[in-house]
Amino acid sequence: MTIDWSHFTPWASLAGGILLGLASALFVLVNGRILGISGILGGLLKPKVGDVAWRAAFIVGLLAAPLLYAALRGPWDVRIEAGWGTVVAAGLLVGIGTRYASGCTSGHGVCGLSRLSPRSLVATLAFMGTGFGTVFVVKHLLG
Amino acid sequence: MKKHILEHGLSEFLIGLLFGFGLILSGMTDPGKVIGFLDLFGNWDPSLAFVMGGAIAVGFFAFRVAKDRTQNVLGGAMRLPTSKDIDQRLVIGSLVFGAGWGLAGFCPGPALVSLGAGQDKAVVFVIAMVLGMLAFEWLEGRRAKTAAAG
Repeated sequence: MTIDWSHFTPWASLAGGILLGLASALFVLVNGRILGISGILGGLLKPKVGDVAWRAAFIVGLLAAPLLYAALRGPWDVRIEAGWGTVVAAGLLVGIGTRYASGCTSGHGVCGLSRLSPRSLVATLAFMGTGFGTVFVVKHLLG
Repeated sequence: MKKHILEHGLSEFLIGLLFGFGLILSGMTDPGKVIGFLDLFGNWDPSLAFVMGGAIAVGFFAFRVAKDRTQNVLGGAMRLPTSKDIDQRLVIGSLVFGAGWGLAGFCPGPALVSLGAGQDKAVVFVIAMVLGMLAFEWLEGRRAKTAAAG
């Protein structure tokens, strides 16, 4: 292992993380639920009366965030190496996997670990494990 | 009146905006950075550990407060998860999610934010992700029917 110092951004990442924690904190206090993106989006696919507007409003906020960020801080780095086929396969896996797992990086990784949930610890170890494994296979065995 | 507007999604919109802003600032919306973090055996970028650390440092205290509340601040019900089951669905679902995350470097939040920024691969990723979620709903529906028939 070597450290990629040229892309290492400890302060921006820490500050961004603090904002994610703050948003999750506000969300649970205002809405009463876990701020989990896969669950909030997934709930829109099987809509229940009175349970749509807040989900849609949250998603619209996420979609609008780039406008706010660009206005305040300008452009940001985006490096996408995956080809179109890989992007489709990855999207399918992320969609079905997060719904079976009842959560993703936000719901399990941030909120679940924050509330010391054993379920979320298992989920986070599992998705980090295959995340590390997949990158190892793609970059070092196949690449 | 203020409370009324908040209850109809204004607060969720603003929190979505804050969360999305945090994702971009943290570097989570750069798939190359995510893959750099997941590339433990290559040229490793540890930044995302700082994202996790910052988020949990705040979240830990918030959820300690939330745990003891019987209502949210708008007077609605608290709906925190109650399941304690560590079952196959949780583990296999998470393993599958991680594989997809490592393949493209997108998890659901950053993918939606990048879709909002108009990135073509994020558009395709989100369409595939929604199809995956619909496949889950379909499989769950079929499972419920089979259970009811059996």
